[in-house]
Amino acid sequence: MKTLKLATALFASVALPTVALATELEVTHWWTSGGEAAAVAELAKAFDASGDKWIDGAIAGGGSTARPIMISRITGGDPMGATQFNHGQQALELVEAGLMLDLTDVAEAEGWKEKVFPPSLLDACTVDGKIYCAPVNIHSPEWLWLSNKAYADAGIPVPANWNEFVASAPALEAAGKIPLALGNQAWQSNLAFGAMTVAVAGLDVWKKVNIDKDMDVAAGPEIAAVFAAAADARKLAAKSTVQDWNQATNLVITGEAGGQIMGDWAQGEFQVAGQVAGTDYTCLPGLGLNAYLSTGGDAFYFPKLDDPEKEAAQKRLAAQLVSPAVQVAFNLKKGSLPIRGDVDLAAANDCMKKGLEILASGNVVPSGDQLWSPDVVKQNEDLMVEFWKSDMTAADAQAKWVENLKSGM
Amino acid sequence: MAQAKHPGRLLRNLNAKIAAVPMVLTTLVVFLGGTIWTVVYSFTNSKLLPRTNFVGFDQYERLWDSSRWIVSIQNLLVFGVLSLVFTIVMGFVLAVLMDQKIRFEDTFRTIMLYPFALSFIVTGLVWQWILNPEFGIESIVRSWGWESFAFDPLNNPEVVLYGLLIAGLWQGTGFVMCIMLAGLRGIDEDIWKAARVDGIPTWKTYVLIIIPMMRPVFITTLVLVASGIIKLYDLVVAQTSGGPGNASQVPAMYVYDYMFQAQNLGQGFAASTMMLLSVLIVLIPWAYLEFGGKKHG
Repeated sequence: MKTLKLATALFASVALPTVALATELEVTHWWTSGGEAAAVAELAKAFDASGDKWIDGAIAGGGSTARPIMISRITGGDPMGATQFNHGQQALELVEAGLMLDLTDVAEAEGWKEKVFPPSLLDACTVDGKIYCAPVNIHSPEWLWLSNKAYADAGIPVPANWNEFVASAPALEAAGKIPLALGNQAWQSNLAFGAMTVAVAGLDVWKKVNIDKDMDVAAGPEIAAVFAAAADARKLAAKSTVQDWNQATNLVITGEAGGQIMGDWAQGEFQVAGQVAGTDYTCLPGLGLNAYLSTGGDAFYFPKLDDPEKEAAQKRLAAQLVSPAVQVAFNLKKGSLPIRGDVDLAAANDCMKKGLEILASGNVVPSGDQLWSPDVVKQNEDLMVEFWKSDMTAADAQAKWVENLKSGM
Repeated sequence: MAQAKHPGRLLRNLNAKIAAVPMVLTTLVVFLGGTIWTVVYSFTNSKLLPRTNFVGFDQYERLWDSSRWIVSIQNLLVFGVLSLVFTIVMGFVLAVLMDQKIRFEDTFRTIMLYPFALSFIVTGLVWQWILNPEFGIESIVRSWGWESFAFDPLNNPEVVLYGLLIAGLWQGTGFVMCIMLAGLRGIDEDIWKAARVDGIPTWKTYVLIIIPMMRPVFITTLVLVASGIIKLYDLVVAQTSGGPGNASQVPAMYVYDYMFQAQNLGQGFAASTMMLLSVLIVLIPWAYLEFGGKKHG
């Protein structure tokens, strides 16, 4: 009898807590800088408030470090509850291999098709007519961030576009500043080049190369002009020796550098440093030349799990990520733009409002992640980091660039 | 009688044979099997997931066309030769100095060996800071009053490799010194006495008698140091992450980047197969000389 009682007690002590506890979902992401961590805390707060439990799985070191870990966990049979990717081709093979949860029913119930704006975001989540990811924000890399302090120190006005910025560089150098801050990591060089392509060559050329994949245009004079501009820009960045993007942003915040080409996530860093858009720093979307923004960004994918309870929790999380309240709270902290047009961002600052206007006017371009495979992106990163940090000629770089693009066709 | 002998030989040391089975299986399945699998899949166009879609030597053509790969190989050669020569020479000289029956030998030995207790990641970060112009050697010397002093190896593509080399030597020399010291201690005192009786100068004794006697120690060191060089990865990641530009890339980083970041397994496998090949080119002649020679001799 005694043993039976003991066994019952033991069983109860094991069985009861599982009933009482909320469903736990481990969520992996690479949001670790100050502004990013504040934003992800909003997501966790909302998920916990709804009765489930968010287990934070932040992976430091940026997407290029985090993605291999995430992918090997999913393919290696240890999937997490949800994981961040940039929407596009990064998770395409995982979806094709049937490792990701189909969210079509959630999307239909929540009306994602009508609400997600621009629609290209949802298209990037769609494989064979089924939806596999929940977009959470829009990030565009085509921004030039300028330090008002650096220009005040040099005694010249803050430039209004890229050409003025290049012209103002000698004055900045004379004042002992680095004109252009650029981190050493490969993706940052590639990002800067991408932003310059849209700004210098214009949207039509950009579309011909990246959407129509017209390689004659890629080898043509318009793109040659972009490479020439980049060759000038690399001289401005020669003295910038930091590694991470937020270290480079910090050079701009402290006024040691004039400007940085970086995505709108840099905004979070300015906010954490207590700076005000317009008075402490200036932002120029599309480098002030062509006000187009690309609509890359982050999305959450949900690996297939065996547990039906967890699957239900995954779907609850997916629905919540897209909901208006979470969108506002998250994006205000992150400095990114919401993925739906029907939310009120009255609290947004100057720069975010500039971005929202461009978005509303429809001046959007798809992001490179959605158009080229990671293999092509990586080859271009290798090329760009070599080009920006050596004296490789513009013509050589362009020839190699076209070759890289061809390998992905 | 002859028939009875045969099963006896199989069953002799049965316990030892059974005990060795797991390790033999591990070697066959994990090491050999994994290697063969990698080589086979390097001839496919696998992207994120391995697929058996064979494309011949396409991956290798692309590999040897890639300027980043060529730079990686050159870097490995330069770094490898220099670090091999310097660790062994410096390690040996330090060991000889240590062997002069000095006072506080234990203390010195501990100090010399401490860097080896640090991982390459820590070593890389520490030296990244020491060589950083803003808070490392350059700023210290400038604060002493030499305002024009410039020492910024990690941001100059021409010399970044030597910045890595300094960190590598700092980390590895103490370990080589310890192996060498053990070798020196293994030399019989009588040899020294005989050399002294014959009036041979100390340096000559070292070069002509002691070093040839320490051949096995040198070979062990060579293999240990060389294998460490080929798999060089974490030091570079921590110290320069391959920069500036692609100036300090190494093959192992290429393999990792293309397998995982570029989601192009085929390309990564091709690169790792080339690394395997380079190891074999070094190892096979050496193994032949070392083990093949003895049987005949």
